[in-house]
Amino acid sequence: MSAAPDISPATARASARTSRLSRERIRSAWLFLAPMLIVLAGVALYPLYRTIWFSFTDASLDLLGEARFIGWRNYLEYVDYGNGDGEWFGLLADSRWWRSVWNTVWFAIVSVSLETLFGLVIALVLHKKFPGRVWVQAAVLIPWAIPTIVSARMWAWMLHDQFGIVNDMLQRIGLIDAPVAWTASPETAMIAVIMVDVWKTTPFMALLILAGLQMVPRDMYEAARLDGVPPFRLFRRVTLPLIMPALLVAIVFRALDALRVFDIVYVMTPNTDATRTMSVYARENLFDFDRFAYGSAASTLLFFIIALITIGFIYATRMNLEGDER
Amino acid sequence: MASVELKNVCKSFGTVEVLRDVNLALEGGEFVVFVGPSGCGKSTLLRLIAGLEDISDGDLMIDGQRMNDVLPAKRGISMVFQSYALYPHMTVFENMAFGLEQAKLSSDEIKARIAQAADMLQISDYMERKPRQLSGGQRQRVAIGRAITRQPRVFLFDEPLSNLDAALRVDTRLEIAALHKRLADTTMIYVTHDQVEAMTLADRIVVLNAGNVEQVGTPLELYARPASQFVAGFIGSPRMNFIVGEVAAGHGAATFGIRPEHVDLSRDKGLWKGTVRLTEALGSDTFAHVDTETAGMVNVRLAGAEPIGEGEMVFLTPQPDAIHLFDASGRPVHGARAA
Repeated sequence: MSAAPDISPATARASARTSRLSRERIRSAWLFLAPMLIVLAGVALYPLYRTIWFSFTDASLDLLGEARFIGWRNYLEYVDYGNGDGEWFGLLADSRWWRSVWNTVWFAIVSVSLETLFGLVIALVLHKKFPGRVWVQAAVLIPWAIPTIVSARMWAWMLHDQFGIVNDMLQRIGLIDAPVAWTASPETAMIAVIMVDVWKTTPFMALLILAGLQMVPRDMYEAARLDGVPPFRLFRRVTLPLIMPALLVAIVFRALDALRVFDIVYVMTPNTDATRTMSVYARENLFDFDRFAYGSAASTLLFFIIALITIGFIYATRMNLEGDER
Repeated sequence: MASVELKNVCKSFGTVEVLRDVNLALEGGEFVVFVGPSGCGKSTLLRLIAGLEDISDGDLMIDGQRMNDVLPAKRGISMVFQSYALYPHMTVFENMAFGLEQAKLSSDEIKARIAQAADMLQISDYMERKPRQLSGGQRQRVAIGRAITRQPRVFLFDEPLSNLDAALRVDTRLEIAALHKRLADTTMIYVTHDQVEAMTLADRIVVLNAGNVEQVGTPLELYARPASQFVAGFIGSPRMNFIVGEVAAGHGAATFGIRPEHVDLSRDKGLWKGTVRLTEALGSDTFAHVDTETAGMVNVRLAGAEPIGEGEMVFLTPQPDAIHLFDASGRPVHGARAA
C-alpha cells in the first residue's frame, strides 16, 4: 500500500519553515505580553488570591500573619448550643449583608437605567449640529470631571436638612412645607445617592453613546430620508439597533462601576442601612469592626456576584465582545 | 416620463461656491451621466436633485413642478448610494420593504413589488440574508432593487460601481444598461468620475468642472467635438495628446490636440520624427510613447500587438481631420481644422 501522502522534500521544507516562523511569532507575542501579564498578576491576581485566602481564615487586622485556616466558617456556620438548640452564623446568614446586596443591586439597576436614558437623550441632542455645540459638549462633561468625593460632599451640603440650598429652593417655590433630611432619612437616602450618581455619570454615558451614534454611516439616514421615514420610527428601527452594541458596552461598564459603588455612599450617607452597599459593608468589617476575615469573605462574594451579573448580562444580550462585524 | 430641469441652480456651503448657474434640461426616460474629476460638484448636483441638500439659488423642476421645497420622499425619486446604504440589521427583504411600509402600501402590494424587483435582479434566493452575508455585487443589486420597488420617476445613481472590483464593475455596468432598457420610462441620472462608464451608459453626458457645466452632449459628440480643452482631455482613453509651442502656433492656436488613435506611425516617413521611449502592449492595442523633436512626447495607439522596440526611430503623422485646436483659455479654435 502506498497510501501515504506524497510529501516532496520541497513542500516539507516549506512547512517546516512556516511552522518555525509561527513559533517565532508566538514567542515574540509572549515576550510582548509578559510585562503586562506580570503587572496584572501583581496588582490584580495576587490581591484577589489573598482576599479569597483570608476569607477562609480567622485573620484580624493586627494579626494578619497569624491567620489560621478555618474553612467555610466566615461564610456559613451552624453553632449547636448543646441543648438541642442552635443558630446559623456567617455571611450567608447575615441579614445586614443581604440588605446591602439588595441595596447595591437596586442602586445599580435604577442608576444605570436612568443614566442610560438621560445619556441617550443628551447624546442624540449633541449629535445634531447647532451653534455652540462645542461649548455644550464641554459643559455636559463637567460633572464627570469633578472627583466623586468632591461632588458627593458638594451635594451633601446642598441637600443638608437645615442649611441646604435644595430645601431652600423647594420651600420657596412651595413644593415642600418643611425641610427634608434628604441624606439622613431612610426614605430619601437612597434617592439622594442615586440622584447624585445619575448627575455625575450621565455625561460619561452620553459620551459613549455619542461615539456609537457617530459610527452610524450618514448615508443610512439619507436613505431613510428618501423613504420619508419619520424621526421616531427612524430612531426605533434604524438608529437604536445600530447603536445597540455601543449601548450595551456602555451599560456593562456602568453596571460594573455601580455594583461596586463606595465613595458616594460613604461620603453622603455613612452608616445607614438604607444605603449600605456591598463595598461599604466589606470595608466596615475589614477596618472598622476588626473582622478582617469576615470582610474578606464579603469582598470575595462581592467579586463573584459582580462577575455573575456581568456574565449573565453579556450572555442574555448576546453581546459581541470579539469586535467582528455583526 | 419625467423631465428634470435645472434653472440657474447654485449651491454654496458657507462661503464656498460649489455649483454656479447650472442650467440643464433632461428629457423623460433619458439616461444622463454627470461626469467630472473629484470635487467638480457632480455628487452635490445629484444630492440637490434628491433633496438631500438645499438649493442655494435657482429652480429645480421635475415634470414642470418646482421641487426646491418638496421633501425628498415626495419627489418621486430613488437613489442608489455609493456605499449601498443598506440597513445592516435588516434582511434583504426588510431592507426593500422598509421604505414601502412608510408609503402605506398594502402588504400584498409590497410583496408583489419586491418579488418583481428581486426577480429582475436575480436576488430572490437571498431575501432572508443580512447584507453582511452578501458579496459586494449582491449588495449593489439589493440597493438597486430597493430603489426599483419605489417605482420612481427619476432614478439617481451616486457612483454605484466604485466599490466593486474591475470585473464586477463591467458586469454591473451592463446590467444597469439593461435595467435602463427595461425601465424605459424612468429618467436616470448617474454620477461617476469614470469616463468609460459615462461613455458606455449615457444617452447624454454632462461634463462638470469646478462647479460649471463644461459641455452637454451625446458620448460621441463629446468625443468628436469637445467644447473645451478640459472636455477633450477628460473624454477618451488614453487621454488626448496636447502639444504646445511651434506645432500649435503653426495652426494659429495655443494648444494642438490629437488623440492617440488618430496618429499614424511609420518607420520611414512622416511629419514628426522621434524615438520610442516606452511601449504598453495590451494585446488588442499597443501604446507607444514617442519622444519627438518638434512635438515633444506623443502617445500613439497601434492596433494589435505591434512589434515595436523601445529606442526605435519612427515618424508620426496626425490625421488632419482629427486635429483639435484650442486657444489660450482652452476654448476651441474653429475654422483651422486642416493641417
